[in-house]
Amino acid sequence: MALANSALKPAPLKTGVAVDMIGVHKWYGDFHVLRDINLRVTKSERIVICGPSGSGKSTMIRCINRLEEHQKGSIIVDGTELANDLKKIDEVRRDVGMVFQHFNLFPHLTVLENLTLAPIWVRKQPKKEAEEIAMHYLQRVKIPEQAGKFPGQLSGGQQQRVAIARALCMNPKIMLFDEPTSALDPEMVKEVLDTMVQLAEDGMTMLCVTHEMSFARQVANRIVFMDEGQIVEVNEPKAFFDNPQHERTRLFLSQILH
Amino acid sequence: MSDIATTTDAELMEGPAFVRGQPLAPLPPPIKEGGAVGWMRKNLFSGVLNIALTIVCAALIVWIVPPLIKFLVIDAVWNGSGRADCLQQPGQPEIGACWAYVFDKISFFTYGFYPIGERWRVDVFFALLTIGVGWMAWLNAPRRDICMIYFFIVLPAASLILLLGWPPIGLPKVATTQWGGVLVTVVVASVGIVFSLPIGIVLALGRRSKMPAVRLFSVMFIEFVRGVPLITVLFMASVMLPLFVPDTWSPDKLLRALVGVSLFAAAYMAEVVRAGLQAIPKGQFEGAMAVGLGYWQTMRFIVLPQALKITIPNIVNTTIGLFKDTTLVFIVGIFDFLMTVEAGRGDPAWATPVTSTTGYAFAAIFYLVFCYGMSRYARFVEARLAAGDRR
Repeated sequence: MALANSALKPAPLKTGVAVDMIGVHKWYGDFHVLRDINLRVTKSERIVICGPSGSGKSTMIRCINRLEEHQKGSIIVDGTELANDLKKIDEVRRDVGMVFQHFNLFPHLTVLENLTLAPIWVRKQPKKEAEEIAMHYLQRVKIPEQAGKFPGQLSGGQQQRVAIARALCMNPKIMLFDEPTSALDPEMVKEVLDTMVQLAEDGMTMLCVTHEMSFARQVANRIVFMDEGQIVEVNEPKAFFDNPQHERTRLFLSQILH
Repeated sequence: MSDIATTTDAELMEGPAFVRGQPLAPLPPPIKEGGAVGWMRKNLFSGVLNIALTIVCAALIVWIVPPLIKFLVIDAVWNGSGRADCLQQPGQPEIGACWAYVFDKISFFTYGFYPIGERWRVDVFFALLTIGVGWMAWLNAPRRDICMIYFFIVLPAASLILLLGWPPIGLPKVATTQWGGVLVTVVVASVGIVFSLPIGIVLALGRRSKMPAVRLFSVMFIEFVRGVPLITVLFMASVMLPLFVPDTWSPDKLLRALVGVSLFAAAYMAEVVRAGLQAIPKGQFEGAMAVGLGYWQTMRFIVLPQALKITIPNIVNTTIGLFKDTTLVFIVGIFDFLMTVEAGRGDPAWATPVTSTTGYAFAAIFYLVFCYGMSRYARFVEARLAAGDRR
């Protein structure tokens, strides 16, 4: 395939720091959902974020591409600070791919159209080139034969792999995963995790909210544990699982590791 | 055959363990009670209530349909040249619909007072419109992109020149006060439909906008227009407007009615579209934002296609309502189709006891054919879209 190689690898970051969150606070009305979040994610780092439900994990990564707005502190994504400047928000969104729990594919478009829509209209790629790149990523997530189908005709696992391919087609520098396997049937989880492992091996900078602890152990550079809107503990996987420091972490791990 | 296959599952179930030896082949479903009798028993006579309803419906049909057919067809007068043919005579004690009157008046019903020598222009307009509508309605038609240009640019321009006239190319001017009949009904309805949908979409988006000024304007417009009757809007447009602007500015009476009808329908369309927008899950917006699509791109490619699809029944409902509401323009002295029927009623040359009834029956059939056509087409589109991305 006559593709520029650069289009298929994670796009290089401008700076060494992919995401820098400094003193980030967020409220939903009176509810203080994020409290003084400080997290620095460097190039090619894989961060897994876990914690009980309602602890603010999803809200935190959704702040990184401004699906949620933070009210205090600063979030700098590859040198661009997220503020109310719409242009900068668009810029960041182009460079940050996101995969959702419920896929959020566009049901009225075919798989191929789902993949090429943003490259054509946001990146201004020619249609043919966009389709070539899309087919490449569909091959990588191992479902090129589904290109002409509608999302509703695919299984959950296939839909989630399409969603990953859709994000990759924008050639992102950073990938965010918001519980990508939580809505899947148990038999489908592995195929999605395998795709994510592959992505990690290619050197993609990743932030992933997940309860898949085996994935965390295998892939993560660091695990972030959150509770009640705060980061409670951050550590490397081995130390995190084998020797958790905080009382809350120990309780959480005892609940989910049987 | 193996032993396991000859043993039934029921026998196997008796033990604590079970391992399937051979997969079960799918069997055809049990045969339904077929035939007309079976269908009737199931659908018409399945219970006491159903039997009662069937009898009531049958009685209604027997009561209404035969006299209707008798009046409209059997006793109808098809040929004739004046009132004498539609009056009771010794050989014809019962007189049904006087279709001869309709045939005689059909060009008045169609063109109103449009000058007789120029009526071919109206025919050309009808032909152009039919081509446009047919092309738009034919979903697999070739070159739908050209069709859009034709429908939204060429057709309006050509119609304007044709109907109003343009002396430089030898088409004498025809004032809109001379327009009438089906021509006016079709013009008002198509302009209303074509403009109300886009304006309605913009208003619906405005009502959900994050910008307070835009939202306030949209809400005020929609609520105000929905809060007043169409007749009031038309009165305002044709009676009040000239009081505020100088005579030379004062736009054409038909144009004022067109604007009034379009804006009125737009407010209703806006609410229909808004219902569709609200049905789109938040995830669709987030998915679109996350791949970097802007607001208008998200609306154009993601939200509106899905929202409009689910609101097709309601859009058509509003459209049919609008088509029939066009009859209200008579109140500001515009001669629409119903008004020509109304005027024809008083013609002494056709003064008979059945003239009015015939005219109204004709009008009813006209509106019924158009509205039912729209309704059927909408069903067809729905079915096709549902098949297009069956989930």
